[in-house]
Amino acid sequence: MSDKIATREAYGKALAEFGEKYDFVVFDADLAEATKTIMFKKKFPERHFDCGIAEGNMVSVAAGVAATGKIPFVSTFAMFAAGRSFEQIRNSIGYPHLNVKIGATHGGISVGEDGATHQCNEDFATMRAIPGMTVICPADAVEARAVVEAAILHEGPVYMRFGRFAVPTLFDQETYKFEIGKGVQMADGKDVTIVANGLMVEQALIAKDKLAEEGISARVINMATIKPIDKDILVKAAKETGAIVTAEEHSVIGGLGSAVCETLAEECPVPVKKVGVMDQFGRSGKVPPLLEMYGLTANDIVAKAKEAIALK
Amino acid sequence: MEQAKIAELQKKAIEIKLDILEEVFSASSGHPGGSMSIAEILTYLYFVEMKVDPKNPKWEDRDRFVLSKGHCAPGLYAALAEKGFFPKEDLKTFRKVDSYLQGHPDMKGVPGVDMSSGSLGLGISTACGMALSGKIYNKDYRVYSVLGDGELAEGQVWEAAMFAAHYKLDNLCAFVDFNGLQIDGAIVDVMNSTPIDEKYKAFGWNVIVIDGHDFNQIESAVEAAKATKGKPTMIVCKTTKGKGVSFMENQAGWHGKAPNAEEYEKAVAELKAQL
Repeated sequence: MSDKIATREAYGKALAEFGEKYDFVVFDADLAEATKTIMFKKKFPERHFDCGIAEGNMVSVAAGVAATGKIPFVSTFAMFAAGRSFEQIRNSIGYPHLNVKIGATHGGISVGEDGATHQCNEDFATMRAIPGMTVICPADAVEARAVVEAAILHEGPVYMRFGRFAVPTLFDQETYKFEIGKGVQMADGKDVTIVANGLMVEQALIAKDKLAEEGISARVINMATIKPIDKDILVKAAKETGAIVTAEEHSVIGGLGSAVCETLAEECPVPVKKVGVMDQFGRSGKVPPLLEMYGLTANDIVAKAKEAIALK
Repeated sequence: MEQAKIAELQKKAIEIKLDILEEVFSASSGHPGGSMSIAEILTYLYFVEMKVDPKNPKWEDRDRFVLSKGHCAPGLYAALAEKGFFPKEDLKTFRKVDSYLQGHPDMKGVPGVDMSSGSLGLGISTACGMALSGKIYNKDYRVYSVLGDGELAEGQVWEAAMFAAHYKLDNLCAFVDFNGLQIDGAIVDVMNSTPIDEKYKAFGWNVIVIDGHDFNQIESAVEAAKATKGKPTMIVCKTTKGKGVSFMENQAGWHGKAPNAEEYEKAVAELKAQL
């Protein structure tokens, strides 16, 4: 594992990099320094538009640009995209299925000190509920870069969630291939499967090692695409390991855990335990203690894995 | 404008009003009042001003229209059908479960609809996006949009107003259908959005106030908008809700109500008498 990089940083870099290869424009709402679209702005000032602190208008403006056949990215914090602008995303982008790419940074509780008003733990839930929306949360900088390019090449709306907190690089840029809707098996195992995304993938890998020390063999799947969910990899894991733990930096209501439960309940019911934010608001603090306080650590995954196995 | 041309447009506007009534009557629901009040604006845009091609509705360089007050879809559909984007007889299917004519405009299903709309306040922002795209990619198309006066209570309308002025979208020309009535009553009683002209001036727009049923005034205002550089134009149109049918005029109750058979026949007779 190399240096730690926040996925928002990788997002900004990717926009600047792919701005040379692809024709798109970028909108921001007075947060370019934080969302990192500033990196694109510095290189392509004529293709970056600040909308001021008016996220709803920004989303609908982007829809109008997409209606003329062009590709817009819109960026703000997850709270103000998937939360505040939910209705604009649904009606201006989702209903006409316009080709807008939503780059939402500062997702989850790892926003840290800003506290609950800025910690969006509900974005997977709201975005997943919009027909035709693709929802992705990359685990590291390499995957974040790949997600940006995949979104550009994908025809239709895409919601991408990036984080503020620096995370280790798990993938090799030379060899990693990201495909929308495909989970990636990071480790094989036979007793339980941990399905994680975002910064919880690192925790899942640590949990796998801890479980191994206790003689429990855990499979780890990185499920960056929450919608459309990779049914095949889930059913295979359910059949082969018989128990599932989901791990996400999101409410246990409506996110990855829910998507996994919905899929397996219909396709291959097995016990599923969820690691996530337990129907609570966040609070201010440094990120590591926050993740501990809200039950988002490798140890929490280990505990839930044992519970899931016990239910087999 | 020549008298003969005015007469021709007035006739077209009445045909559009007859279509509106037919749609709303067939559906037993819909929004006749505000659709009738913008019939002349729609007529002018689709039969004089806008570069559009009914045979090629997605023509890249066409002028765009966004009905920000999307509930007045009966008016837009009538104008599009009269222009030849789809068969007029389809208007009877409005709001029916197997029809492509949805209750509010759907760009995916209706030829000639440039943007889905209906949730108030969103349409004008999408029109801004189309206008900005024209600027970025050096296209000379123009973008038109119609807002309701009740719609002006939506905060996003003013976000869009700031945005359009900030990015100097002089290829954008919007209209407010200032008929003074919304569902719950007079706008001055429900939520007073006046003075509309002063507000838009303060937001940096070129503002023109006209009688929205007068083709000469609509023409001068649209021409003035085209000649204005560096700022968007707002044409505040004083109108009469339900214009053309005596018992519908100036009645908030006809905002979102369909006529019964007797009322329908009476309204059609009144309009036909004006032809």
